[in-house]
Amino acid sequence: MCTVCGCSHTHEHEHQHGHDHGHGHKHSHDAGDIHFGEGAAGVSVAGMSQTRLIRIEADIMGKNDAYAAQNRALLAAKGVLALNLVSSPGSGKTTLLVETLKRLGGKVPVAVIEGDQETSNDADRIRETGAPAIQVNTGKGCHLDAHMVGHALEKLPLEDGSVLFIENVGNLVCPAGFDLGEAIKVVILSVTEGEDKPLKYPDIFAKSDLMILNKTDLLPHLDFCVGAAIGNARRVNPKVQVLQVSARTGEGLEGWLAWLEGALKLQAAGARGLAAE
Amino acid sequence: MHEMSLCESILDILKDQAVKDRFSRVTRVSVDIGPLSCVEPEALQFGFDAVMKGSLAEGAVLEIKRPPAEALCLSCFRTVPVKERFDCCPECGSEALQVVSGEELKIRELEVV
Repeated sequence: MCTVCGCSHTHEHEHQHGHDHGHGHKHSHDAGDIHFGEGAAGVSVAGMSQTRLIRIEADIMGKNDAYAAQNRALLAAKGVLALNLVSSPGSGKTTLLVETLKRLGGKVPVAVIEGDQETSNDADRIRETGAPAIQVNTGKGCHLDAHMVGHALEKLPLEDGSVLFIENVGNLVCPAGFDLGEAIKVVILSVTEGEDKPLKYPDIFAKSDLMILNKTDLLPHLDFCVGAAIGNARRVNPKVQVLQVSARTGEGLEGWLAWLEGALKLQAAGARGLAAE
Repeated sequence: MHEMSLCESILDILKDQAVKDRFSRVTRVSVDIGPLSCVEPEALQFGFDAVMKGSLAEGAVLEIKRPPAEALCLSCFRTVPVKERFDCCPECGSEALQVVSGEELKIRELEVV
């Protein structure tokens, strides 16, 4: 390889060919021949080798982040509070959501985006509460991305000042990396999962604003230490807020609803600020 | 395996860049993957080879660089190196660390023909 510009031919070659050329291929032995244009591109541009380096500094998540920004702007303009609910499968996300919707019933406009790999079971459960819901099946995908959510937003009836719940695919790993344009990320941890989950899956706990500890009605039957779970969550995210609920018995749901109300007021104030600009 | 979708994103960027910078083939892609970016380099490598098959970057070398992760200690207010999100401050032992870098997911450089 040429050490001057990195191209793949030698600028000068000196051959000492002791063999004769009775064999099939052709050499050109013009003294000091230099052949440009023999590289893959088959062309030569003065001052430029055929292999070149391009510095681009492109964010790999750039496309997703651009869609997320679009979603966020649309939601903010309508004063919609969007929550991205993430958890492992079976933490009780859908049950929590159903119980929340029943209690919000008619007082606050709501909408739901349900993410799963397959089936519309969850969207069906949500629609039974009367809330508009759209199911997004990711197929083999392990998370929702901002593009999918953007399309769901086109189809959902979104009233001004409503709460939009986005139930992500049950997975404590991949959804951490994908901004959907939500205002708040909520991670749900059930007490049957073990208090070290925040340390085993730190990214998702680090990126969440609120941790809901669910299934607290089962605590008397378990060795689960609530203090240790909260301590572990705060180790990866000192700012995370924590609520304890049992979606099944309703214990703690009032606190969660009050929290939602506060977040909705903040969002509405933000929307008014936008409108005033 | 969201590393697969990251590779799809990389391929999209390469295709856009190929039009902008007029190249037909990519022989090396150099990326920065922060240690706290929720990406497993080995899985990314595996996904890269699979996703690039049949594209302008088939057979390209993926060069993964790992910039160091740093955090601000909320107790002693020093910026300290960390390996994991739940590391303690190496200076004062506090657990209250706020990560400030290490989440990078960037394409830095392409070698193209």
